[in-house]
Amino acid sequence: MSTFLLLTITGLGLGAMYFLIASGLSLIYGLMGVLNFAHGVFITVTAYTLWFVESKIGDVPVLPRFLIAALAGLVVGTVFAALTELVLIRPLYGRHIEQVLVTVGLALAVTALVTAIWGSDARVVTAPAWVGQTTTIFGAHIPNDRWLEIATAVIVLFALEAFLRRTRYGLIVRAGVENRAMVTALGIDVRKAFTLVFAIGGLAAGIAAVLYTLYSTTVDPQQGTSLVIFAFIVVVIGGLGSIRGTAWAAVMVGLVQQYANYYASSGLGDLSVVLLLGIVLIARPRGLSGSFA
Amino acid sequence: MKRLLVPAAIVVALAFLPQLSLDIPYVFQDGVNTPGTLELLALCLLFGGLALSYDLLFGFTGLLSFGHALYFAVGVYVAAIAMTRWHWDFWVSAAFTALVGFLLAIVLGAVSLRVAGIAFAMVTLAFAQAGSILALKNPYKWTGGEEGFGVDYHQLPAWTVGILNTKHLYWIALAYAAFVFVVVRWAVNSSPGHVWQAIRENELRVQVLGLKPYTYKLMSYVLASVLATAGGIVYLLLLGGANIDVTTASFTLTLLLMVVIGGTGSRWGAMIGGILYTFANHRLGDLSSSHAVSSLPSVIRTPLQQPLFILGVLFILVVFFVPGGLTRIGQVGVRLDRILRRPAVQEERA
Amino acid sequence: MPLLCVHDLHVYLGESHILQGISFDVAEGGVTALLGRNGVGKTTTLRALLGLVDRRGTIELAGDNIEHIATHKIVQRGVGYVPEDRDVFSALTVDENLRLAERDTEPRYDLVYDLFPELRERGKQAAGTLSGGQQQMLAIGRALLNDNQVLLVDEPTKGLAPLLVTEVALVLERVSELATVLLVEQNLGVVNRVARDAVVLDTGRVVHIGPAKELLADKPMVQRMLGVG
Repeated sequence: MSTFLLLTITGLGLGAMYFLIASGLSLIYGLMGVLNFAHGVFITVTAYTLWFVESKIGDVPVLPRFLIAALAGLVVGTVFAALTELVLIRPLYGRHIEQVLVTVGLALAVTALVTAIWGSDARVVTAPAWVGQTTTIFGAHIPNDRWLEIATAVIVLFALEAFLRRTRYGLIVRAGVENRAMVTALGIDVRKAFTLVFAIGGLAAGIAAVLYTLYSTTVDPQQGTSLVIFAFIVVVIGGLGSIRGTAWAAVMVGLVQQYANYYASSGLGDLSVVLLLGIVLIARPRGLSGSFA
Repeated sequence: MKRLLVPAAIVVALAFLPQLSLDIPYVFQDGVNTPGTLELLALCLLFGGLALSYDLLFGFTGLLSFGHALYFAVGVYVAAIAMTRWHWDFWVSAAFTALVGFLLAIVLGAVSLRVAGIAFAMVTLAFAQAGSILALKNPYKWTGGEEGFGVDYHQLPAWTVGILNTKHLYWIALAYAAFVFVVVRWAVNSSPGHVWQAIRENELRVQVLGLKPYTYKLMSYVLASVLATAGGIVYLLLLGGANIDVTTASFTLTLLLMVVIGGTGSRWGAMIGGILYTFANHRLGDLSSSHAVSSLPSVIRTPLQQPLFILGVLFILVVFFVPGGLTRIGQVGVRLDRILRRPAVQEERA
Repeated sequence: MPLLCVHDLHVYLGESHILQGISFDVAEGGVTALLGRNGVGKTTTLRALLGLVDRRGTIELAGDNIEHIATHKIVQRGVGYVPEDRDVFSALTVDENLRLAERDTEPRYDLVYDLFPELRERGKQAAGTLSGGQQQMLAIGRALLNDNQVLLVDEPTKGLAPLLVTEVALVLERVSELATVLLVEQNLGVVNRVARDAVVLDTGRVVHIGPAKELLADKPMVQRMLGVG
């Protein structure tokens, strides 16, 4: 029972990170029709900024140091994401394949650049001690970072819902997912919403990057890409453009991955996720929420 | 037949290359007929052919796959496993590998083509990722995990083994490139080939004509996949082993770079893109360790050490300014003009 | 001076030349009807005026050229649009649809709720669950919320029950007192009732311009140009 509980919480923690990454991908796709391959780069940029800042400020206790570094990482990652939209995506407006290609180029170039500057080996980040400890619940020793992951994802989910339901820009995003042309025909510059969803996507992915850094206590150039591939699967299963569908799919993928890795054999978890994707596509080609463009 | 004259002449000319003791400074490190240069040229030709097989999907049928690496990896890994772990003869292994690639393409193609566009891209990516994970996990100690493994030389034809036989490998790669060229040419000019291009332009119209795009897309997918599997077998001969790199998503992305840089939807474009990309990727690596570069300030030198950085940036520039790829460079500027004059909104509602 | 001047307007969609150099003026005030058979380019004309499709030619709104301006900026100059298929945002509530359309500092909710009381009652309902007539009211209400110079209204009576058609015609009469209306309409009864001028298109060209009542009284001409009698 305690093992099952540990697996479940860990799976939820993993799902939480997938959700953070996938929600931005899903919003960007829903509004703009762009599959953002550069999403992994937002993770890389945030993680490396965090590591860099942390390694530069000494003489500060671990917790504030990590928080400052994380904040710096989030700011840089968000700005980078917004600039990506402004500089690379916007000039190619309406040409979806070319926009995807540009994000592919950016993903490869930035990963290569980071490798050139800091090498391909993982760099160590010092996480606050509490994160590495465990909390015992019903006999299960749960590492504390899992709680942090789950709580953060829930907060972000509610924040995103509130943004989409209660703000004018949220309204523009929801309307734009349905019909961009009509939004502009109401006198609204929908492109501002594009930059905004990129910034939000970059921020959410950056939060995932901070959490992943706490979990692994390292950063490396490939980490963003490998996380994003599972986020892609989550987005397809959840149905593109739907935040709730993404959340459900993220939980499902995280749990399946953990259970299969433990009860079947190590490595089978990743494969069963792909299998899950195949089953969902055969049963419901539009994804779980059915809101496929 | 006349139009095959130019390609045929080029193949014949290239076939004589190993007989020339030519020295081309800066372009190649050593003479053209040295094993090192021949191996580089063989890789270039192999990737030229592989890029063209990818363009059959992307450029000619309009299918953006992110999983083409899977079939190349099947070519490399299945053949290597059959020879090394099961001690099968090379030709039996190659035939078996081709069959595996064919069957896998039918099954996975049938599933992934249920969705279109970007979703198709993501699904193919996921399947390829499954292949990559499988190779990484080293089941039954067959795949060698992260390090990969060397093939059992005893099973290979003797004339392909050893540094002195490099020119034979070069000829094999040349034959592969020529083979892919001829097959793709034949396929896109056949009647299904015309349907592929119609699907790329407007899938709905094909449907209205009473044809099933699904079947035609599957044909294109299977043909491209089998060609990639064949390329994998050639790669195994060239490199003498399997490595995890060929299974990764990044590998497929590099194919996409080759095709777009060279020019999509044109046989020469994709092939030249593959050749140029592979050449640049290897020579830029050499260049970064050369004296000319090491004396540069580190701000410039550091990025130059990663060819993928330069190629990624080049790729973005091509997408922006040379939409037809480098083989259609005459149209540069046309695009720039279009971007600058673009009104803010001009897309039709989907 | 006319409020809207269109000169030599061309639109290509793919390989088809949809509008082949059309020119017409819309006088200030009242309703100008844009008529023609199905597929002659009426909807495309409205979309071209708004910049929703690529176009060539000159378009003047109140003396200013707007053919190089982005859609949202054209709209901000006081152009309201009621599209052919209503295009209300189905996942948004009625209130949210209206809120999204707010442009002026004092949106005219009084006017909209006075014309369409149902929109107030159904404020919390998702627009996708409204009936066709209610969606049409929402689409018109959305355009009336702001003080526009000109309204582009595309087939507002399409697919509506006869009773609702009359209601829409009444609304159009009232609206035309507030702003200039360029109306695409197939229902000639409605045109006869509300329109002052008529512009007739045929296969991408203007074939007739003149007072609407005169045109509609000439049965052979109506038969020839609009295919209905």
